[in-house]
Amino acid sequence: MSTATDQLRPEPDEVDLRQASLPPVARLATLTLALVVAGGIWMAAHYDHHATLVPAVVLAVAGGVVLVANAVLLSRIPAFAWDVFFRVFGWALLAYLVIAGILEYVFIFDHTPSRQLALFSVMLALFAVNVPMLLAFSVARYQPVPD
Amino acid sequence: MTDTVVTDTVVTDTVSTAEVAPPDSVAPPDSRESPPDARGGPPPPLEFSIVPVRGLPIVAILLIGLIVAIGTNNLWALDFFHVGGGGLWTSIDLFLGLIIGPILGRLSIPARVEFTVRFMPKMLLIMPTLVAMTLGAGFQLARHVGNLDASYPHHGWLVASYIIVGVMAVIALGLLEPANLAVLFELKKPRPNGERIGRLMKIFVYTAGITGVMQIATIFIMTFLASR
Repeated sequence: MSTATDQLRPEPDEVDLRQASLPPVARLATLTLALVVAGGIWMAAHYDHHATLVPAVVLAVAGGVVLVANAVLLSRIPAFAWDVFFRVFGWALLAYLVIAGILEYVFIFDHTPSRQLALFSVMLALFAVNVPMLLAFSVARYQPVPD
Repeated sequence: MTDTVVTDTVVTDTVSTAEVAPPDSVAPPDSRESPPDARGGPPPPLEFSIVPVRGLPIVAILLIGLIVAIGTNNLWALDFFHVGGGGLWTSIDLFLGLIIGPILGRLSIPARVEFTVRFMPKMLLIMPTLVAMTLGAGFQLARHVGNLDASYPHHGWLVASYIIVGVMAVIALGLLEPANLAVLFELKKPRPNGERIGRLMKIFVYTAGITGVMQIATIFIMTFLASR
């Protein structure tokens, strides 16, 4: 019997060769994630305090800038498995909107002060878009490009 | 850097095991009843569900339970979701990274594929659910019992746990989950790339092990705080 696993390719193929030409989307998305998480840690550490929000704002803005730059880089890839990318992105976005929604619910339920809530919401929005983009890119980069 | 190290160590391993794999042992779990490929056509792709649909109602029940626990501020329910979720998260990470990972590394590629096809879709549902349970209930629990206040004497320890969890989140979402998904989509191809699957599986197993070890630090802090 011949099956798909019989014919596993042990050697690099054309998809591997294409990897070098792709922009560093995964690394930039991980950087965005790290910036947002760092901002979230700062906010959580000063949750009930009257500490300055400036470091968290700077981290959120930096995360947003990297995310936008990453999206631009991604959109400029000439040949890519966009159908797979958007299929994964859509489902992952749905899942991460649910997770972000639960966290937003916690903050609203706890009567988080408006300035902190706004900043938390921005960070959750960045998180909910960035992670699906990272997941979708990580899958689509290894898919064959349609003719 | 992690990617490079993993890639360097796995290429030789996966190629050599592919060469010695017995051909009769490679039937994937869901294709054993397929008709033989007597006409010499292309092999059928593996048939499996990337997201195990039957597990979605369980995930929904757990998330609804989490929302109710937060909404009612029920101390037992918050403890249940935080301790139960965190314990399972830690155990699975450690077991995967330190027990399953080394075993998986010594299997032939077909055996790895067979394991992966059955295992990885379940992880796609289990891990994000456990993370949401642990962190959501944990934050609310800390707020409810007053641990988030500046006056809490061990506030510094709590912040240390935030940092550890933050690093784990970046590793899990930046490396582990993308590798998990990429493996599943690779296995859906008519001719999956064994070298690529081996490389991605190593990233998955290594990062699970790293986060598992970091979880031990979290357990130290959490048990310390709970005993004060």
